[in-house]
Amino acid sequence: MAAYILRRLVQSALILLGVSFITFFLLYVLPADPVRQIAGRSATAQTVENIRQQLGLDQPFLVQYWRYLSGLVQGDFGRSYLQKSEVSVLIAARLPASLLLMAGAIFCELVLGLTMGIIAALRRGTAIDQSLMIASFVGVSAPQFVVGLLLLYVFAVQLGWFPIGGYGTLAHLVLPSATLGILGAGWYSRMMRSSMVEVLRQDYIRTARAKGLARRRILLRHALPNAILPIIAMIGIDIGIFMGGIVVVESVFGWPGIGQLAWQAIQRVDIPIIMGVTLVSACAIVLGNLLADLVTPFIDPRIKVR
Amino acid sequence: MTAAPMPISGAVNAPDNRPLLAVEGLTVSVNTESGLRPLVSDLSFTLARGETLAIAGESGSGKSITSLAVMGLLPPPAVRITGGMVRLGETELTGLPEAQMQAIRGNRIAMIFQEPMTSLNPVLTIGTQLTEAIEAHEPLPRAEAQARALAALQAVRMSEPARRMRQYPHELSGGMRQRVMIAMAIALRPDVLIADEPTTALDVTVQREVLDLLRDLQREMGTAIILITHDMGVVAEMADRVIVMQAGRMVEEAPVRTLFAAPKAAYTRALLDAVPRMGQGALRGAGAAHRAPLAMLRDLRVTYDSRGGLLGRVTHRTHAVAGVSFDIGQGETFALVGESGCGKSTIARAIVGLAPFTGQIEINGRPLGPVLPKAARRDVQLIFQDPMASLDPRMTVGNLVCEPLVIHGIGTPETRRAQARDLFEKVGLSPDQLDRYPHEFSGGQRQRICIARALALRPKLIIADESVSALDVSVQARVLELLRALKDEFGLSYLFISHDMAVVENIADRVGVMYLGQIVELGTRAQVFGNPQHPYTRRLIEAVPVPDPTHIRTQTTRPSGEVPSPLRRLGEVPEPLHLVDIGDGHLVAR
Repeated sequence: MAAYILRRLVQSALILLGVSFITFFLLYVLPADPVRQIAGRSATAQTVENIRQQLGLDQPFLVQYWRYLSGLVQGDFGRSYLQKSEVSVLIAARLPASLLLMAGAIFCELVLGLTMGIIAALRRGTAIDQSLMIASFVGVSAPQFVVGLLLLYVFAVQLGWFPIGGYGTLAHLVLPSATLGILGAGWYSRMMRSSMVEVLRQDYIRTARAKGLARRRILLRHALPNAILPIIAMIGIDIGIFMGGIVVVESVFGWPGIGQLAWQAIQRVDIPIIMGVTLVSACAIVLGNLLADLVTPFIDPRIKVR
Repeated sequence: MTAAPMPISGAVNAPDNRPLLAVEGLTVSVNTESGLRPLVSDLSFTLARGETLAIAGESGSGKSITSLAVMGLLPPPAVRITGGMVRLGETELTGLPEAQMQAIRGNRIAMIFQEPMTSLNPVLTIGTQLTEAIEAHEPLPRAEAQARALAALQAVRMSEPARRMRQYPHELSGGMRQRVMIAMAIALRPDVLIADEPTTALDVTVQREVLDLLRDLQREMGTAIILITHDMGVVAEMADRVIVMQAGRMVEEAPVRTLFAAPKAAYTRALLDAVPRMGQGALRGAGAAHRAPLAMLRDLRVTYDSRGGLLGRVTHRTHAVAGVSFDIGQGETFALVGESGCGKSTIARAIVGLAPFTGQIEINGRPLGPVLPKAARRDVQLIFQDPMASLDPRMTVGNLVCEPLVIHGIGTPETRRAQARDLFEKVGLSPDQLDRYPHEFSGGQRQRICIARALALRPKLIIADESVSALDVSVQARVLELLRALKDEFGLSYLFISHDMAVVENIADRVGVMYLGQIVELGTRAQVFGNPQHPYTRRLIEAVPVPDPTHIRTQTTRPSGEVPSPLRRLGEVPEPLHLVDIGDGHLVAR
């Protein structure tokens, strides 16, 4: 187990190295010039050149990348070009909010998605099944800003159940995490339905019925743990999808997370922040997947981590 | 040994002795687009206390549906009981509310299924699955229920029962899992035990143990058993009374000895005739003794590595084939027999280049290296066990048969088509069916299609890997006949791989018996079956159920059927067996 985790962590480090290289390269070849952003429109050519030299942006690509990497291994993410602050400080200040949002979203996904999926599977072929699957289809296909605005309008503006935006209490968390989670809930309900339908067809379910077990126990003890296995692997992947989603959701709800930070940085070509957010996200995705792989053996004894 | 000493006609002769289970006019139908279609029609039978009733028939006869109908486990909503009734004692089961049926299931009627590998929940321990069955019916404290579960495991002669309670199904072999299923079924001492093909998926020596176990338990507990099987050998050994079913109807009902001695229905006679019997092969005369070898295997080894540790180094090695040598003569049928995991299929995979091997394989004088040249593949073709799984469902059968020719660039579309028509006639199918898809054919027909495909390249050697094992006996007999006829017509040799001793005895010229990756006995059919020398060969032959209820089984010691694992630590090599010629080329491991 320890050997497995260690091996996976080494793999993860290599993945992060690759991510850093590709992102750095893409930002290097990008036509947008960060120095122009820093210097402003009215700056002279000399000022621009000075800033360029100061930031080391006049160096060849590999030198720049090497410098960034050397800083990175010492825990130095660099300084923001525009915010005059350490990137690590900026991210550390905003990461908890985003993690909270993601946790809320995963909770929404699971509760909504699994419930809908299980009900649909049990009522397969009925009107309930069909309407649930239509609902999940809407969840999967609706753009997140539309869902966000809709939820805002209905539950915050019209009903006044939740605050319109901001950060602080549990009530603030509900609408943003629902918005972020609704896409995943749609996916999960479809996956859960097919997984559950498949599991209910298995011989061991027939055995459980032949034993005279109650329906409830068959469902919760025999079917659910088996049906949920493919979903767990998905949660790890989901964190990657969330990274795209939080940019939109955080803007709509004014949520002070790294999504907003990234969005601002991209507009202003603030390369150190973009790099930092990308690497932190990649880290979250890698760890999320590792976690999912570590949880699976606890549910499915056939899987042994090696 | 014959059936348990129970009064065979007790239920009929003693009117005060009410039947335990009565089925009257049972009709089960499936809802199709064209209306209700009956799967079981107007079936009536009774079951007395302590009796074993066998329901025999081939696939589609409705025997399994009958058992599910009794249990109230028909797959809803398409399949349901549309007529008749099932009565357990005084309780009418048809139409009983689900809650009351639940109380009967597992408690008064229990069931064991064919597939022990898939019938247990993979994510729950054996202990949990046993205990919950007990707790579902009796309000016991957890510790007491667990004690009962443990006792049930002991009753089915499970080794180390306390440790098994904590294990998961995947840690147990098929035979052990079936014991767990039986333990689960008998834990509450049901009145009726329905066993649906309980030994079909098991190796022959394990089957022997499970059948013995069922019979012993029945004698101890007086449970009535409904035994559902396609295997007339199992029927002869186990049943007091037999119902033969065909296409959802009962064609004959008789006490077991009467049925085997004087079958009345034509279908029963045909079924009994088709059953491969040990000893029949000897009637065909010995195969030609010495022929020029077509295939030569010398010290063939196939190993698979298991990795572990930090750097994923090889720590263990599975010795699937551990030094096997034999020849297959021109026009000869060489059979490899052995139980699952003995390495017989791995040899087939090595010969066609699907498994990396060391040692020497020569086909038709051409040595095979690790990379098999395309031309060499033409000489050897494979036919697998499951014809449906080995035919692409999206291709027409004509294209499937032509495909090997296309791959090897032989002929034009027209000549290929003509050849496919020709092959179809050879294997007994109509060339008009070339444009149909695999799902439109029956199991036996599909295997014929696979045979036609294997013949397309005019191979010298055909490897038949359990090719008739999944077929009904009557179909099996016809496919074996076809294989025999094609051998002469095309000048083929066969490597016939099977776990079924009776089938091997019927078709093989020479036989190799495999155990744990090595051959323990090798000789002509007459030598191996007529004068088996190795204890393992004898055990295999003795374990085969004999389709004759008057047959007296010599009670041998009961060896444990568990075959040791071929997985060994790196560096440990299985000890090579030395084959000694005891006369006339009959080789036996000492």
